[in-house]
Amino acid sequence: MKLKGKVWKFGDHIDTDIIIPAKYLMHTDPKVLSQYCMEPLSPDFPKKVKPGDIIVSGNNFGCGSSREHAPLAIIGLGVKLVIAKTFARIFYRNAFNKGLVLLEADIYDLVKDGDEIEVDISQGIIHAGGKEIHAKPIPPFMEELVNEGGLINHLKKKLEG
Amino acid sequence: MGMTITEKILAAHSGKDHVEPGEIIACSIDLALANDITAPLSLEEFEKVGASKVFDPAKVVFVLDHFTPNKDILSAENCKKIREFSIKYGIVNFFEGGECGIEHALLPEKGLVVAGDVVIGADSHTCTYGALGAFSTGMGSTDITYGMVMGRIWLKVPENIKFHCYGKWQKWVTGKELILHILGMIGVDGALYSAMEYTGDAIAALSMDSRFSIANMAIEAGAKNGIFPVDDKTIAYMKEHATRPYKVYESDADAQYKQVFEIDVSKVGFTVACPSLPSNAKDAGELGNVHIDQVVIGSCTNGRMEDLEMAAEILKGKRVAKYTRCIIIPATPAIYGEAMRRGYFQVFLDAGCIISPPTCGPCLGGHMGILARGEKAVATTNRNFIGRMGHPESEVYLAGPAVAAATAIKGKISRPEEVI
Repeated sequence: MKLKGKVWKFGDHIDTDIIIPAKYLMHTDPKVLSQYCMEPLSPDFPKKVKPGDIIVSGNNFGCGSSREHAPLAIIGLGVKLVIAKTFARIFYRNAFNKGLVLLEADIYDLVKDGDEIEVDISQGIIHAGGKEIHAKPIPPFMEELVNEGGLINHLKKKLEG
Repeated sequence: MGMTITEKILAAHSGKDHVEPGEIIACSIDLALANDITAPLSLEEFEKVGASKVFDPAKVVFVLDHFTPNKDILSAENCKKIREFSIKYGIVNFFEGGECGIEHALLPEKGLVVAGDVVIGADSHTCTYGALGAFSTGMGSTDITYGMVMGRIWLKVPENIKFHCYGKWQKWVTGKELILHILGMIGVDGALYSAMEYTGDAIAALSMDSRFSIANMAIEAGAKNGIFPVDDKTIAYMKEHATRPYKVYESDADAQYKQVFEIDVSKVGFTVACPSLPSNAKDAGELGNVHIDQVVIGSCTNGRMEDLEMAAEILKGKRVAKYTRCIIIPATPAIYGEAMRRGYFQVFLDAGCIISPPTCGPCLGGHMGILARGEKAVATTNRNFIGRMGHPESEVYLAGPAVAAATAIKGKISRPEEVI
């Protein structure tokens, strides 16, 4: 799968209280949650970001709470991909379970807000700032889950089988 | 090659003699937990897969502790959904109303977690139960749905980091100051994906309450779990509370650790984590004259008996400073009752504190103590991220119970000896 999108940069340790503040966790609808995505840092972000845009971050993206509302809020914006140097572990599982693709690569200093980058998700190849960057491969086990359409489809098959 | 406690528990739960870091295992679980903000998403997924039952109605736990007593209509609707699900599927451990406490204080107290268990919870602070010598970790709602249905979950075996702690504790310094000190040393991703194991005489000297508060904040270093060896104190705790047999695992002498830290606890002072990361550690003495608008003593980190006891000792006969609010939140109904019997409530009321029912409420900026723009709080909670307790321009300092109580009296960040 190839993706071309505009970059939105967020720094290190972007925690889940930034991605979606707890006061909105009564909601479960991604569209509703997305209106508040990144509110403490950038309240206009949901209005400015377009479907297909790409979030680029530094270390430990998604640290903090286990709230699945965090990947859901990002998905609700139509963002399909986050590229970060590293991800927090619960967020990593949650994103894949919900169908948000994460790539581990250090491109933070290569791009600026608004740059357009091209990413071959299945190959993990990122074209940014005139360079070709190879993301850390997605663990084979996670890839299998993604290919099966996520954990819930995997479970559904198990129950039906 | 030897194994750590974490590896031994995971091996035993995946039908293996040996596991190694990085290995992906299918692991049976002893408990799956969710709360009023994470369970609704789990139940939506449960519907989608068309499951007809949970793997074991006694091993699925719902605790309605975050936005309760219900903060608004949507929260009430969420609680109602979980209640109806619990009735329909015969969930044994459904806690709400007067039976409800903050989940990570409640489950050990109810004896639902014991040494040797594997527990998964849709709450990042599920790692708290490592204090009992159990493997426990936080996950998202979808993973919990899988666990609720299948009774097992996939896990990557973590690498291990050892924290060997020795030396004599200073008065009023607790496990909370130690974990804030450790976060200051290693950072909020210093233990990413790893197990944090605590050993040494200084750990053996700690109360169970202090151990819970250390294990609770493993996630603040990005860890998968925190874990403690089982000793006489753990066994005494389980004898008092456990509802089923426990199994004790010990790390082998030749177990592998990716890192080993030696910590002299006599050098751990009144550590405070400044805004806006739990790793932003400073000594309370360095923080000078910052006016504090609100103090919160409570949460899954520090709402237990030891915390209330320290707060009562410091607040006895004193008054909370004018223009500072002090909210005390006993973590469970049992702690609430015991604090009342011991006379702490009178001490807190005489000092001008607010006593809240058990709730996660203000810790995550949910309700029952939200901060205005520019306000500053000292909290015994676990996170001080931007906007965590209210307005994005409010700030949170994390501290132990003694610093929090002293701060309430002075209205600025203070050490206990400044008020005693």
